[in-house]
Amino acid sequence: MTQTLPNFSLSPAGADREQNAYSFPSGKQTLICFVKEDCPTTRTSMPLLQQAKEIFGENIDVVALAQNGEDDLVLVQEYGLTVPFLDDSRLNTSYAYEIDTVPSVFLASEEGEAIEQFIGFGRDDWKELFKSLATQYQVELPQIDWGSFPELLPGCGSKSLEPGIYERLKAESEGSPLRGRRVEIGINDDVHEFLYEQGLTDGLPVIPPTPERVIRMLDGTTRDAQEVVAIVPPNLAPITIEKIAVNSVMAGCRPEYLPVVIAAVEAVCTDDFGMHGVGATTMGATPVMVVNGPIRHEIGMNMGLNALGQGNRANAAIGRALRLILRNVGGQRPGETERTTMGSPMKFTMCFAEWEEISPWEPLHVERGFDKDESVITVFAMTGLGQLIDQTSRTAQSLAGSLGLRAEGLHHPKYHNYPDALFALCPEHVKTIARDGWSKEQVRDRIQEITSRPVRELLSSEEVTVGIDPKVLQGSSDEELDRLVPKFGSNANIHIVVAGSEAGKFSAIFEGWTSRIGLDSTVTSRRIEK
Amino acid sequence: MVEASKPVVIIDPTDEREPIKRSLAKRPEHISGTLGLLDISKPRGDKFIDRLEQLINEQMPEVTVKRYMKPTVSKPAPHDLRQKIMNECNFVIEAVAD
Repeated sequence: MTQTLPNFSLSPAGADREQNAYSFPSGKQTLICFVKEDCPTTRTSMPLLQQAKEIFGENIDVVALAQNGEDDLVLVQEYGLTVPFLDDSRLNTSYAYEIDTVPSVFLASEEGEAIEQFIGFGRDDWKELFKSLATQYQVELPQIDWGSFPELLPGCGSKSLEPGIYERLKAESEGSPLRGRRVEIGINDDVHEFLYEQGLTDGLPVIPPTPERVIRMLDGTTRDAQEVVAIVPPNLAPITIEKIAVNSVMAGCRPEYLPVVIAAVEAVCTDDFGMHGVGATTMGATPVMVVNGPIRHEIGMNMGLNALGQGNRANAAIGRALRLILRNVGGQRPGETERTTMGSPMKFTMCFAEWEEISPWEPLHVERGFDKDESVITVFAMTGLGQLIDQTSRTAQSLAGSLGLRAEGLHHPKYHNYPDALFALCPEHVKTIARDGWSKEQVRDRIQEITSRPVRELLSSEEVTVGIDPKVLQGSSDEELDRLVPKFGSNANIHIVVAGSEAGKFSAIFEGWTSRIGLDSTVTSRRIEK
Repeated sequence: MVEASKPVVIIDPTDEREPIKRSLAKRPEHISGTLGLLDISKPRGDKFIDRLEQLINEQMPEVTVKRYMKPTVSKPAPHDLRQKIMNECNFVIEAVAD
């Protein structure tokens, strides 16, 4: 099968732009050699390239494509070349030809199809090339001192593969995966000020999402850049992998975090999770993200000391990327559809990993039906974060009781039938519980038991008007009023994960939002796929 | 990689759609026909709507009032409910605050 080589049109190196551009294919057979002066193998090849020009110049075009542009003209001086040097310093042609080694030599037909190609320096390659051209054009070959050339020399790395350059070339190429609108920021404008003024940040500086950076980010997934992943509330905007990558760059993600961000977007943009309400509520809810499975280690997430805090790039940037996506793609901006009364620092970012290895229990994702070796993100609509201090409990019974009492005030002590809460238990507390062999379910039972209050204590009164309206229960029997009601609607509303440092008896409790199953925001998990 | 001497090019992080401007529906001078009252399930929204219904019955006896309720405050009204209100009502008042 013949391979058609990419067309190009390049000016001579050192000349003004577009002046006397050489266009390929030219209608003649063409010998193309990609060169760069800082490559010794290029130098070895130059006398033979010149010979080709001298012997076959009337029959074929011979051109050198100079990766350093003007700087490569030193070769012309040094070797007394008459071969035209074309300026490929932008490297777009090197990219189009998928050059990984310099020199790379192509012999192309009149129509631009590859007849012959080789890389580096091979004495026999050149010999064969000269022989076949001589046969074709019935030219007698002059004496060439082949013995003065090495048999083989490896080539040098192509400039088009250098870091930063390759990504630019990919972004600029015809086959670029990027379709997003390109915005040019004026030379005199400060990029960071521009992004802030356009309302594209969370108030902190972001990394400018240049095409090169977005291309590199897309290396983090095998999914097509133009695949529509979800519909993002409140604007119900379709979001592609590319747009997730753009916002992930801005948030400070590394490419290997991208699959986690994609899964987070998929999880929150479901009817079950109800991101419109989560974002709009005056109560100030936001997705809290918990990552489980092998990817935690692969991308270096923090699950230990300061797990819920700052300083770990993966935790910080993944959570931030989701929030930037909700803002920039979904249109969820404070003062617009986002109406939170107080807000929360968790609205900047709130993502952490579970320390599965130190936990005596099944990790969160296994409880939720996934295999242990799958990587999974779980999202919870949460409104606040508090701590339990218990430094004296030495039994599971006592510690689980403390957890319950600490949770009793969530939203308000008089609110029972409470929705989801997420308990992030510290290793020391977990050890205390594990010593007595308690399961997570036993912990939940104890929380429900210790928080159970008779209905009559949950009625609103003149002193505290929050609570059940006594009118609703008028005429109820004493038995009904003495009925015990636990804090949580059910055990299923009590979510338990393990995180934090091995030193310290401080566990964390995330305060929920509204989560009647099937009605309100439901805790949602998604497998993370690369 | 960002060179000061060249303009920086970024990829637009938004959904690139122009915001749609919607104008408010024209306000009629009189209310007639059927008026829907939508309780979005916020605490005490029912109290506000009860009072409205009472006032409408007193002051506009010719208007038919129909009551509706969203299943939860936390999610947009289901499509079927929106459709039902559109089919059955000429006007709708929604209680949004608690």
